[in-house]
Amino acid sequence: MFQIVNKRYIFFGLSLVVIIPGMIALLVWGLSLAIDFTGGSLLDVRFQSGRTPAPSQIIALYTEYGYKDSLVETSNDGQAIIRSKDMDTSTMNMLVSEIQTRFGDQLVVQRFDSVGPAIGKEVTSRAAGAVALAATGILVYITYAFRGVPHAFRFGAAAIIAMLHDVAVVVGVEAILGHFLGWEVDALFLTALLTVIGFSVHDTIVVFDRIRENSSIYRRVPFEEIVNHSIVQTLDRSINTQLTVMLTLSALALFGGLTIRHFVVTLLIGVFSGTYSSIFNASPILVVWENREWRNWFRRKPQQARA
Amino acid sequence: MKNKTNQLLPLIAILILLAIWIDFPNGPGLHLNIGSLKIDRSFDTHLGLDLVGGVQALLEADLPASAVIDPGAMNSARAIVESRVNGLGVSEASVQQAGDRRILVELPGEKDAQTALETIKKTGLLEFVDLTQLATDEALALENQTIQTDFGISASSAEPLSVTPSTELVSPTAAPGTSQTLTPTLPAKPAQIFHTVMTGADLKNIQVTTSQTGEYQVAFELSGDGAKIFSDFTTQHVGKILAIVLDKRIISAPRINTPITDGRGVITGNFTMQSANDLAIQLRYGSLPVPLKVATTQTVGPTLGQDSLRKSLVAGLIGLGAVGLFMGLYYRLPGIIADLALIVYSLFTLAFFKLIPVTLTLPGIAGFVLSIGMAVDANILIFERLKEELRAGRNLRPAIDLGWSRAWPSIRDSNLSTLITCFILFWFGSIFGASIVKGFSLTLALGVIISMFTAIVVTRNFLHLVLDNIKLNERPQWFGL
Repeated sequence: MFQIVNKRYIFFGLSLVVIIPGMIALLVWGLSLAIDFTGGSLLDVRFQSGRTPAPSQIIALYTEYGYKDSLVETSNDGQAIIRSKDMDTSTMNMLVSEIQTRFGDQLVVQRFDSVGPAIGKEVTSRAAGAVALAATGILVYITYAFRGVPHAFRFGAAAIIAMLHDVAVVVGVEAILGHFLGWEVDALFLTALLTVIGFSVHDTIVVFDRIRENSSIYRRVPFEEIVNHSIVQTLDRSINTQLTVMLTLSALALFGGLTIRHFVVTLLIGVFSGTYSSIFNASPILVVWENREWRNWFRRKPQQARA
Repeated sequence: MKNKTNQLLPLIAILILLAIWIDFPNGPGLHLNIGSLKIDRSFDTHLGLDLVGGVQALLEADLPASAVIDPGAMNSARAIVESRVNGLGVSEASVQQAGDRRILVELPGEKDAQTALETIKKTGLLEFVDLTQLATDEALALENQTIQTDFGISASSAEPLSVTPSTELVSPTAAPGTSQTLTPTLPAKPAQIFHTVMTGADLKNIQVTTSQTGEYQVAFELSGDGAKIFSDFTTQHVGKILAIVLDKRIISAPRINTPITDGRGVITGNFTMQSANDLAIQLRYGSLPVPLKVATTQTVGPTLGQDSLRKSLVAGLIGLGAVGLFMGLYYRLPGIIADLALIVYSLFTLAFFKLIPVTLTLPGIAGFVLSIGMAVDANILIFERLKEELRAGRNLRPAIDLGWSRAWPSIRDSNLSTLITCFILFWFGSIFGASIVKGFSLTLALGVIISMFTAIVVTRNFLHLVLDNIKLNERPQWFGL
């Protein structure tokens, strides 16, 4: 039989190998927030001739009209994405026709978003509130669902720790990818994150449920063994469910088009992390808690192997 | 031996036929006419802005954040915006209130964002403004001019500003009682701020009538508070001018001939039928009780959306096929039955999308595709349990029953936690008019609920149906053992 609980500190370490670089990236580079949160405008246009002017020329034109600090990305198939302060539609139309005359080209507006700065701030604070609310709701529900088990609160808390693990993984990886691929945190990223939270807890509960069942069957068996047994019993299911979800998500990532690729990749990372944490973190945390192992964490025990 | 769960099979069959009826593309819909019962519905797939292209705008109350907005006023503002949007002739346009100070306008297929937004905003705030401090001819000269009013600037929310003496319109001492404040955005040019007596929110029943002498006039009624304010004001200022101001522009400057104390009045003048009608329409639909500004806009070109739609549908089919293949290979007979249940699941879900109706957005499709993966989770839980019971040496039928009953608590608890998250996402999306977030959470939640039904009820009935007809006890390999 697999021994997972025995090697729990190895698995905790593996998690930290992913989380720590992510957190460092978060501190050093931060997250680049999309206009959903910061306010501003995004204009996605296609130059019909297929040739875009140099970004600096577009920036110069924007500056002339009082839109300083705009950012322009161009692709070699005639697409240009211009980020700037928030503006109304008539200003946007004026700027587009100005670009058309100056660069002698026809433009097709593929997408134009504009968000006022105040609403962006409100979205940010409510988003934080939504995550906190989701966590609280789940904690309360698990404590209720496991009310017959001793230390029901521990199950809820362990599920929340595993959930925070997944949030840390997703946000950390986003900070790294955001820096190198230019991905921005938008409302969809937040949606993906909240979905990951739901999935993570969904997965954790299945293992916990088995622990709950086994605790009442094998009353004399040490808790540590019950936990390991429960993890192994649910291992096939955990892996298969993850496989099916990852199959559908991969199909979306590969064939679903560029618009939602970022969203789907975020979900993929989160779902993988969610399954990992429910197998290797959430349930072993229950064992750590049961044994109160933190008392030994900082004590020197040179020759003593951990049982 | 017949199993009692099989009694549900006819019901499942009926539901499947119903779902196919609804799902059928360009289907006939439902048009019934039985006595007083009249059902006239066609079932269409509603596609969101990101798929068909179009314009989305989030309108926000243009008042200080500290101002408390009356929910009724906001609701009638939404109704007015809706009537204007309907005037645009965009099919499937939607106007929804988002939170307590915002209105979300979605115009699928609309290409000209600027014109659409101008139409929505064109007629705006209607105010009755006190011009009594001006001489009559001065007041009349202001007709069709833009003026400043103090509406929306309350003493608590606006910073007191130094008053620039207004030399052109009135002497500074003329109106010591009125609030003379300047809005911060105003140019340096001195301007008079006039007092708003009441807004169009109090107006009702506006009609064009004719007087006894045959002249056209606009009759109106005022609701409770408005009638009182109007009564007091007109009693004190007979013979003076009370301007009707739409979006800070004076559209009419009638003289108060008699006090209007009963909440019913008429506006007379040299009206033609056309001009009387125009004024009535402006009074009726221009009376936005809350000033609105555009907080966010989104415009999606049609080509981008169609491309995304085609790609995500292909992706969905590939995902469904991959999951089906995996289930069949790994779980054998039950897996194939779960695949059938998955097809039933897809039929049901699409039927619900059309029935409710759910507007499909790109994230919504992602939510649906994701829910396919999660839908089989319940079956995986059950089948793993079933295998365990079979390995423990139980017979097939009891093993199936035990597999279902033991897997149930896990399925229930895990799906409920997903539903909690969906609910919070939906709430979050509603406040900001983030219809993409709403679309995703709604499709995911629907998927979770429907999948619980198909995975638990449909799969089990199908499995029993197969077992009733084929002897499988001797063939454990059919169960992946």
